[in-house]
Amino acid sequence: MRAVGIIFSNIHDNSVPELSRIRTLGSIPFGGRYRLIDFPLSNMVNSGIDTVGIITKSNYQSLMDHVGSGKDWDLARKDGGVIILPPYGDANSSTLYNSRLEALKGITSFLFRADEDFVVMTDCDTVCRINFNDVIENHILHRADISLVYTKLANTERSTILDLNEENRVVGVSYKEEQHTEMANVFANVFVMKLSLLQNIVMDSISHNKTHFTRDVIAPNLDGMKIIGYEHKGFYAGITSLQAYYNSSMLMLDKDIRHEVFGDRSVFTKIRDSAPTKYGNCAVVKNSLVADGCEILGEVENSIIFRNVKIGRGAVVKNSIVMQNSMLGENCSLNCIIADKNVSITGRKVLSGSENHPFYIGKGIMI
Amino acid sequence: MIRKKKCVAMLLAGGQGSRLYALTSTIAKPAVSFGGKYRIIDFPLSNCVNSGIDTVGVLTQYQPLLLNDYIGNGQPWDLDRTFGGVHILSPYQGKHSSDWYKGTANAIYQNLHFIKQFDPDYVLILSGDHIYKMNYSLMLNYHILKNADCTIAAINVPISEASRFGILNTNEDGTIYEFEEKPKNPKSTLASMGIYIFSAAKLYKYLEEDNEDATSSNDFGKNILPKMLSCGERMLAYEFSGYWKDVGTINSLYEANMDLLGDKPNFDVADSNWKIQSKSPLAPPQYIGDDAKTVNSIIMSGCEIYGTVENSVLASGVIVKKGAVVKNSIVMAETVIGENSAVDYSIIDENTTVGNNCKIGESKTSGKGITVLARNLRIKDGSEILGGQIVDKA
Repeated sequence: MRAVGIIFSNIHDNSVPELSRIRTLGSIPFGGRYRLIDFPLSNMVNSGIDTVGIITKSNYQSLMDHVGSGKDWDLARKDGGVIILPPYGDANSSTLYNSRLEALKGITSFLFRADEDFVVMTDCDTVCRINFNDVIENHILHRADISLVYTKLANTERSTILDLNEENRVVGVSYKEEQHTEMANVFANVFVMKLSLLQNIVMDSISHNKTHFTRDVIAPNLDGMKIIGYEHKGFYAGITSLQAYYNSSMLMLDKDIRHEVFGDRSVFTKIRDSAPTKYGNCAVVKNSLVADGCEILGEVENSIIFRNVKIGRGAVVKNSIVMQNSMLGENCSLNCIIADKNVSITGRKVLSGSENHPFYIGKGIMI
Repeated sequence: MIRKKKCVAMLLAGGQGSRLYALTSTIAKPAVSFGGKYRIIDFPLSNCVNSGIDTVGVLTQYQPLLLNDYIGNGQPWDLDRTFGGVHILSPYQGKHSSDWYKGTANAIYQNLHFIKQFDPDYVLILSGDHIYKMNYSLMLNYHILKNADCTIAAINVPISEASRFGILNTNEDGTIYEFEEKPKNPKSTLASMGIYIFSAAKLYKYLEEDNEDATSSNDFGKNILPKMLSCGERMLAYEFSGYWKDVGTINSLYEANMDLLGDKPNFDVADSNWKIQSKSPLAPPQYIGDDAKTVNSIIMSGCEIYGTVENSVLASGVIVKKGAVVKNSIVMAETVIGENSAVDYSIIDENTTVGNNCKIGESKTSGKGITVLARNLRIKDGSEILGGQIVDKA
């Protein structure tokens, strides 16, 4: 069964305002060399989906730079491939879309040009490996109209919760802003349906001025349509806040989780050339992920170090995330810090957040 | 529109590299790994691109599979061009004859039609045996400025080593009056680097004449260059001063890798002003474990280090298990070093698995030399491989 993919790169920008101020949620750096969009995009490629539209809204320069022609995902195709879909605006409309359904209304030409049987829609706010073929197979097996992928999770925030009956049919949908502690069926923001159904939904929404996918399409049709849940049982991290971003990043230091996510080396990303990482004579590195092109002369522990980071002699970096091209001077000390790209910390500075409240340093800031 | 290129580069990559023994038993020398992520051919290719030369013919012959696969359409070096770019030139079968490349000059002669389609003014001849960063456009400017027919890049070597090289004896103005191939009593220390720029018309003329000469061994060093000199062509030496290392032997390959280490390395591959481009692996960042030690080493993405790595170069995807100690060694891609194994003063090629509790190599001070393990070997638990041994088959 052939499917077309749609990725929403901006939908949850408000979840992590610190990191998405200058970029889409999809282009937030993750795990030392990746961007969040690499996970849904790679999931699509690994599921044999070779036509993917990426819906953007604002701040999408970094996303376009990252995805480029799609070559690194093998999606630079004559037929299909990856297509960036910026918001469609005309002289009379001054506002951009605010919801998923409005965004879909803006890409009708893409939707109606596609000739695949199914459509898979995902967001960029999760780190997980899902085989969409399994979801589609389950969808066909159960003669469903819409399949929603969920995972069982406690302690999440800003999530859509699915109420399911014993046949895994969705009987209720609710959004929870605040943290909830009990186990719940957390919607992974992955939708699977027939392309023709999505086309109908979008056309109907245009004529009836519907704006919200969950509120105006899913919720009123729980009886009329067969909407089922598909449980994702593997590793799942929702990037719902800066704290969640920090915690999920640190989970990559766990061997089993890391191997589950990256073990088969099929998370694709833009390939940039860097020299191998160099460790100096006094380097002490423990339990850390280090990308290429770094120069490490000091100490690093429980941290994630992105490409081309320089860590000076005597510097101590603990429980921190340091993004691309940052420079940490001699004898500086960092604990529980998220340093965005191109940050430079001059010598002897001592900076610390806490594990429950990491301290964020914005892109290009010099301390 | 007449489309032409000012300069076309021809890279001789057919050499077997027999002095690298087990490292080149199934691949050509230019495909040998270097510095954790590179292959030797990345250096001349990157030099070409960085010098503004975007048309490169790569002449392959010996075990070309991996090399052809590696170069592909040239995209990693930005050499996937619609006019120009990198082209693999293998020996081919013709209507009247089919020949392996007989010598370096014959290899170029057989591909003159490739060069001529770009109608170049100059042809740059390179070899795939050296590690260096060189701006060929400066050499080309020199060639043009000096109105030369042929310019040979040369480097000063210690007098004690001069008898290993082809030596150029020059006048004060840089013109060459004599070649000496591996002279017993060298008159000068200016060694040929095997890098030549020819004015295209002269190259065509001498290659065609050389092809008619049945007694010739069709080699640039032995035949073409001496012939040009005896015919009174204007030949110049272009002096290069910088890092340049022939990596044709196990010892020199080892030394060149070690030259990358240290706070101020002899050779800096991370130089952002002269990027060495290469095909980058798709692997997650390297993971350094809780009990790991990584000191004075170069380590590539995809590695997982749970043991100790000291004074070593590790390529992508190498796993060093708990308690293992890798010292003064070069470990190539996807190789695994088992628990509590000790590796010292060794080169271990790609995709080899060393079992647990093994002892590979002996320290440099033992005087036994570098231990070499070939690719795709499975070394059993508890094995001991002595210093200086070369293991080609398990």
